Amino acid sequence: MANFVVQFLNGLAGASSLFLVAAGLSLIFGVSRIVNFAHGSLYMLGMYLAWSLTEAFGRGSAFGFWGAVVVAALGVGLAGAAIEVLVLRRIYRAPEMFQLLATFALVLVLKDAALRFWGAEDLLGPRAPGLRGAVDVLGLRVPEYDLFLTAVGPAVLFLLWLLVNRTRFGTLLRASSENRDMVSALGVDQAKLFTAVFFLGSLLAGLGGALQLPREPAQLAIDLPIIADAFVVVVVGGMGSIGGAFVAALLIAEAKAMCIALGDVEILGAVVSFSKLTLAVEFVVMAVVLVLRPWGLAGRPPVSVEGQGAAAPPLAPPGMLFWPTAGLALMAVAFAPLGGDGYALVLLIDISVFALFAVSLHVLMGPAGLVSFGHAAYFGLGAYSAALVFLKLGWPFPAALAAAFAGGGVFALLFGWFCVRLSGVYLAMLTLAFAQIAWSVVHQWDEFTGGSNGLIGVWPPEALKDRTLFFWAVLAPCAAGIGLMWRVVHAPFGLALRAARDNELRAAAIGIDARKIRWIAFAAAGALAGLAGGLFAFSKGSVSPEAMGVARSVDGLVMVLLGGVNTLAGAVAGAAGFTLLQDELARSTDYWRAALGATILALVLAFPEGIVGAFKRGGRRAGSVR
Amino acid sequence: MSLFAVDGLSKSFGGVRAVREVGFGLDAGEMLALIGPNGAGKSTCFNVLTGQLAPDVGRVTFDGHAITGLSPQAIWRLGIGRTFQIAATFRSLTVRENVETALLSRAGGLRGFWRPAAGRVGAQAGALLARVGIAGLSARVCGTLAYGDLKRVELALALAGQPRLLLMDEPTAGMAPAERRALMALVASLARAEKIAVLFTEHDMEAVFSHADRVIVLDRGAKIAEGPPAAIRADARVRAVYLGKDAVEPRR
Amino acid sequence: MSNANMPKLPARRALIAAIAAFALPGVALAQEPIKIGEMNSYKIFAAFLEPYKKGMELAVDEINAAGGVLGRKIEIVSRDDNGQPADAVRVAEELLTREKAAFLIGTFPSNVGLAVASFAKERKVLFIAAEPLTDKIVWDQGNRYTFRLRASTYMQTAMLVPEATKRPHKRWAIVYPNYEYGQAATAAFKQLIKQKQPDAEFVVEQATPLGRIEAGPVADAIAAARPDAIFSSLFGADLAKFVREGTTRGIFKGVDVFNLLGGEPEYLDPLKDEAPQGWVVTGYPWQDIATPEHAKFRNAYQAKFHDYPRLGSVVGYSVVHSAAAAIRKAGSLDSEKLVAAMKGLMHSTPFGNITYRPQDNQSTMGAYVGKIGLRDGKGVMVDWHYADGAAYLPSDAEVAKIRPAE
Repeated sequence: MANFVVQFLNGLAGASSLFLVAAGLSLIFGVSRIVNFAHGSLYMLGMYLAWSLTEAFGRGSAFGFWGAVVVAALGVGLAGAAIEVLVLRRIYRAPEMFQLLATFALVLVLKDAALRFWGAEDLLGPRAPGLRGAVDVLGLRVPEYDLFLTAVGPAVLFLLWLLVNRTRFGTLLRASSENRDMVSALGVDQAKLFTAVFFLGSLLAGLGGALQLPREPAQLAIDLPIIADAFVVVVVGGMGSIGGAFVAALLIAEAKAMCIALGDVEILGAVVSFSKLTLAVEFVVMAVVLVLRPWGLAGRPPVSVEGQGAAAPPLAPPGMLFWPTAGLALMAVAFAPLGGDGYALVLLIDISVFALFAVSLHVLMGPAGLVSFGHAAYFGLGAYSAALVFLKLGWPFPAALAAAFAGGGVFALLFGWFCVRLSGVYLAMLTLAFAQIAWSVVHQWDEFTGGSNGLIGVWPPEALKDRTLFFWAVLAPCAAGIGLMWRVVHAPFGLALRAARDNELRAAAIGIDARKIRWIAFAAAGALAGLAGGLFAFSKGSVSPEAMGVARSVDGLVMVLLGGVNTLAGAVAGAAGFTLLQDELARSTDYWRAALGATILALVLAFPEGIVGAFKRGGRRAGSVR
Repeated sequence: MSLFAVDGLSKSFGGVRAVREVGFGLDAGEMLALIGPNGAGKSTCFNVLTGQLAPDVGRVTFDGHAITGLSPQAIWRLGIGRTFQIAATFRSLTVRENVETALLSRAGGLRGFWRPAAGRVGAQAGALLARVGIAGLSARVCGTLAYGDLKRVELALALAGQPRLLLMDEPTAGMAPAERRALMALVASLARAEKIAVLFTEHDMEAVFSHADRVIVLDRGAKIAEGPPAAIRADARVRAVYLGKDAVEPRR
Repeated sequence: MSNANMPKLPARRALIAAIAAFALPGVALAQEPIKIGEMNSYKIFAAFLEPYKKGMELAVDEINAAGGVLGRKIEIVSRDDNGQPADAVRVAEELLTREKAAFLIGTFPSNVGLAVASFAKERKVLFIAAEPLTDKIVWDQGNRYTFRLRASTYMQTAMLVPEATKRPHKRWAIVYPNYEYGQAATAAFKQLIKQKQPDAEFVVEQATPLGRIEAGPVADAIAAARPDAIFSSLFGADLAKFVREGTTRGIFKGVDVFNLLGGEPEYLDPLKDEAPQGWVVTGYPWQDIATPEHAKFRNAYQAKFHDYPRLGSVVGYSVVHSAAAAIRKAGSLDSEKLVAAMKGLMHSTPFGNITYRPQDNQSTMGAYVGKIGLRDGKGVMVDWHYADGAAYLPSDAEVAKIRPAE
């Protein structure tokens, strides 16, 4: 029993840490509607800054530590404000999600910057002066610093509440999150408001990072897990609700602590390891909450989805030259490798597979208007389906591909049923939750999926050992899948999807069941992603849980956004561009991540509609002159 | 029995009785206006009639089918078209695509995954656009249209389902006076020519009195008067509600 | 810049080569260097792999200064595999096809190592896995083209077991990162302990997400089970968090702790003066190894980089020497000849001579086993000894059972 009391206290301290970083994210989203992917990087920056400042101010002294915490938080706040002014302000008018791409680029840049500046080794900070010890609770020892953290969370919550409810700045914040146009119509300088919010939100991230220093070393790998955690908390709590975030942080931290406290438990004769559940417990909590409460614990349903963001451009019917051009392009791609070296084939295979993957995601994000943060789940589940039937049942290559298609499709059908009941960021986060849950199962199910190692030895048959032949064997289904998607988008079903995306009420009033068609689209996209995954497994000879990890989902998002979310050709171009860029940069510089991030950032600022989007607009403008 | 029959409808929100025992009937080809001052319960009543809200008590039937609790899609399939207070169209589609979507939906053709949508119902779409007077705008993207034109697109969307009943929530809200008159005249002529029953709420009294065959007046959730425009115009209670008691009963 | 006038790089290189060939016929300089393809997760496991890269550089310098191999210099072409098996296979393809690498070395995490091993088998090309610790790479999923340098999870666990059974511990707590390495270490440890002390009990087992341990709750959960001893395979940030939270909570008092890899400078040094004294670990006491081969390596490393070597440095340095020795012995770059040369290949490393066992392609490189102590406010290994890998490997008969036939 004492154990559970102490674990409960551990959970409280953990909840405070979670809340600090989530509160900033929630604040920024609430006002600017920007999904700030770089929030975890700002947290990381807070840790590193606090470490450096502690070293500079004197490691042992009270001022050395506490002064460092304050200065680091302020410094990160300024960094956030700078990001808003220098980058985000330029792309507020861009389609939604485009800011996400920009902040993702910042993640890459900040990570390499931290590596350059602080080096690769983990940097363990000092214990907090004055709070080094522990106190006895029921015979177990609870660190004083944990108790301090436990108090910090509610204190910050209270201060934020005062700020939002008792100050003019808070009034503006609330007004702005409810009706942006109104606030600017009333003569409030929105740019300044946004800068201030970014400062405050980033400051909270920096504070969260700095305060974590006595508990864990500053390290480069912290950014993505932290942003994932923060997102989960914000979404479970309800976007924009600070109080909700607090409750959610409590719920998740306690769930984790209790899983650890339970350890291995025998249930009905089988040993269930609750500690293994910690790999995905926050995502399980999120999935349950979102299924039961589609807008989080304290969130409110959006008043109306219509009229937000820029309208998607219309989808022009194909001109006379479309099919001949597409056919020629396909032939050109198919015969391109005959001239190049063997590696060109490898790249073309990768590009084909990712193009199919990106197109399947594009269909969701563009015509269907469903943003997915977890599309790699279907890619990975397809890859695993193919590998499993190939290795365990001895199915031949084409049958394995069929299994990949079916595997991706079946799971998309299953998860999609829940996902299409939600909208916006909530939907995106539910897709992420399912992806992470699927990932954690695949990651731990040693006997069946090979656990973290994955399944090895998934090579194409003898007849396709020749790389050119294999490339064609990959290109054909990819081109067919992309062609199929193109047809579907231009067919009545695609029209219905776009109609439902534009205005769900109107669509319902002309007999369109938005949920149903979205569900079908989700399953179709999942099936094609699965097919891409199957091809991927055979081209790499193995499949591991990384195939369905967050990084793969983010890659897909970047490809789609880079090319322009509203064009199918954009997804193909984005896949090709991203693959080539990554390959080229990784070879030319040690800091390839920063280079990739900088390139993406430059592209975002230059072409806020994506590469193909900008190209099309240019074409239209040129056309209208004639 | 009427084509559209409303019987003993009541709806409360946490003790506030927004609609009280409202009942009426509506026949094919008839235009019925639902009016009342702000807060009279028009919107709630309308939302119950369209199936968007479930009533606490009462029945709404269309052609003998109870529509309460049906999905919007099912209601549409019965032959009920509707328009919204703020014109609801598909703003990233062209005007023609908007109408084609609705026509394809009517024809059960939206499940097509392969043959392109474009041109499948081209002739019908053209005819429908001509009927509502926006044939010239067919290639324009809806998001770029003037508001008055959007209202017509929306009307075309509602008509594409070949409805026997049109439910229109403030059809002329936000329009210039000349546009209002033209739109209401169009609706009235369509209703008569094609025997469509029309139920509309309206703020603009000119639209109401020049086009409605019959008018129902709501006040504080209850029906206080029903009759032809001329009778309503003369009704003392209606005058009291709209103009204040003083106008009817001069101060003693 | 007069770029336009300048021939493109390969052309220029060819030109120089041609001139050199003309001027100095038959001299090694005229030849292109032998390229060895290397891939690793430089960004994901930077703390280990930066020193590793330096170790490789040092070895390349030494080998080339001594005239290279087969009369040609060697060149390591490195690529980042991003910690992803799929990326590793892609860069492996690139290294072979575009860079014309003779064979492959490198990789860090188990899954990447296994994926490249499978690739090596498919392409029939030699692969020397430097760092992946997974037992499977030479046993369950071993193949004739894949060799592994470092002492595996099983070997290092086996090295700790004699220390762990010196005193009778009844109640064991186990904590491990929840992926192949931690799972394999835990399984091996339990099996080996049970063999020696059948009455030992495993009272609590905590599997923690890699890099994301909830150290406080885990420490308390372990304390609640009142163990006599703890076996941990944590490393990196997880280890640092666990040490700090556990120490603050006093859970290590009167408990013997055995931590795989805990003495590796990469993971020990960040702990500074909080290094947990008395823990029994495997690692690398670089300060105190006085053998001539190590002294030579350490001096050369410090002279070149003005930094002390980490374990990664030794691994990077040794794998390049393995590669060079294999080429020398094979006398050719032919894959089959290289593989034949690797079988039973013996060469010197900073840890002494190692042999790549012909029966399972595993090298006999060992590890140092000792206790953590403090010196000048820093964690060091004390009372250590070198555990030669050969002593902790299964017999030929056992290998035949667990390794697929070639």
